[in-house]
Amino acid sequence: MEEGQVISQSVQQSAAAYAIIKDKFGEAVSAFDANETMPFFEVLDLSAWPEIALFMRDNPKLQFNYMACLSGVDYQSEEKVGIVCNLESLGKLNHRIAVKVKCARTGGSIPSVAGVWHTANWHEREAYDMYGMLFSAHPDMRRILCPDDWEGYPLLKDYKVQESYHGIKVPY
Amino acid sequence: MGLLDAGIKNHNVLVTSVDNVLNWARLSSLWPMGFGLACCAIEMMATNASNYDLERFGIFPRSSPRQSDLMIVAGTVTMKMAERVIRLYEQMPEPRYVLSMGSCSNCGGPYWEHGYHVLKGVDRIIPVDVYVPGCPPRPESLIGGLMKVQELIRMEQIGISRADALKKLAEKSVDPQFVIESERNAASA
Repeated sequence: MEEGQVISQSVQQSAAAYAIIKDKFGEAVSAFDANETMPFFEVLDLSAWPEIALFMRDNPKLQFNYMACLSGVDYQSEEKVGIVCNLESLGKLNHRIAVKVKCARTGGSIPSVAGVWHTANWHEREAYDMYGMLFSAHPDMRRILCPDDWEGYPLLKDYKVQESYHGIKVPY
Repeated sequence: MGLLDAGIKNHNVLVTSVDNVLNWARLSSLWPMGFGLACCAIEMMATNASNYDLERFGIFPRSSPRQSDLMIVAGTVTMKMAERVIRLYEQMPEPRYVLSMGSCSNCGGPYWEHGYHVLKGVDRIIPVDVYVPGCPPRPESLIGGLMKVQELIRMEQIGISRADALKKLAEKSVDPQFVIESERNAASA
């Protein structure tokens, strides 16, 4: 199958990019997961995340110049919440990789990468709005979609909607 | 029957009640507030545009609540928007009418259970006169709803309350099932 070969070639490119990151940061990053849809690795040392991000953007062999998406995830069984960043090298090396970062489920915080990719600014605010993890050193850390005085974080798996908001009944 | 359908002869003299003239004037220039909240707004805009041409009923959107008689709540009302909707409603001069367009503003629509951010029916915050079902309703449905508002205005009299007018409207309205069935029988015959 020709199409299958094309996909695995792109995963090889991602693996090559990962090898460079692993070389530089060693134990701070996890093993590579050759997921066909989106190959990824996890950042194990939270404090190294901005440095890794900057390295990924600026290294001439990586050039991840484009953050396609930053999503939040609730790992309820692990007592953690996290983010998944889909990164691409757009118009340069044309490879892609996803980076996962996790923190504690209640009161956890992840270093912000809004200074590395400006896209991350609003995406991190959305992740905070929906999952409640803070992004340290974020330039504007407040809710983005829900009202400022909304209670709880709606996309957490154990979320229960509040009874009323400013005197208006919320549940059906 | 409309006032002009009566056929005015006798040297342009017309005898009618004050209620009748007032109601005719009001229902023939029903100005809705031009604001839309979601996909229903697209249907509302289509209804305003030339194909369906609401202006033949004297209905055309105004940019200010202070110039509007009718609020068409066209779309999903979020909890954040709910307070703004109340404020806009309060800015409208009386007598004012509210038409709730589409499932979202009727009862929360597809967001009724898991939509934490959606107000489950705009009638929780402001009084609604006419509900138009649909997701989104076609322009024909919206026109049907608007004509219902006109009918409601026709029921009004000096000295009776809105609730009484609505009651009169409900008494006068025909069961649509009867019309649908007679149409069906006519089509199959």
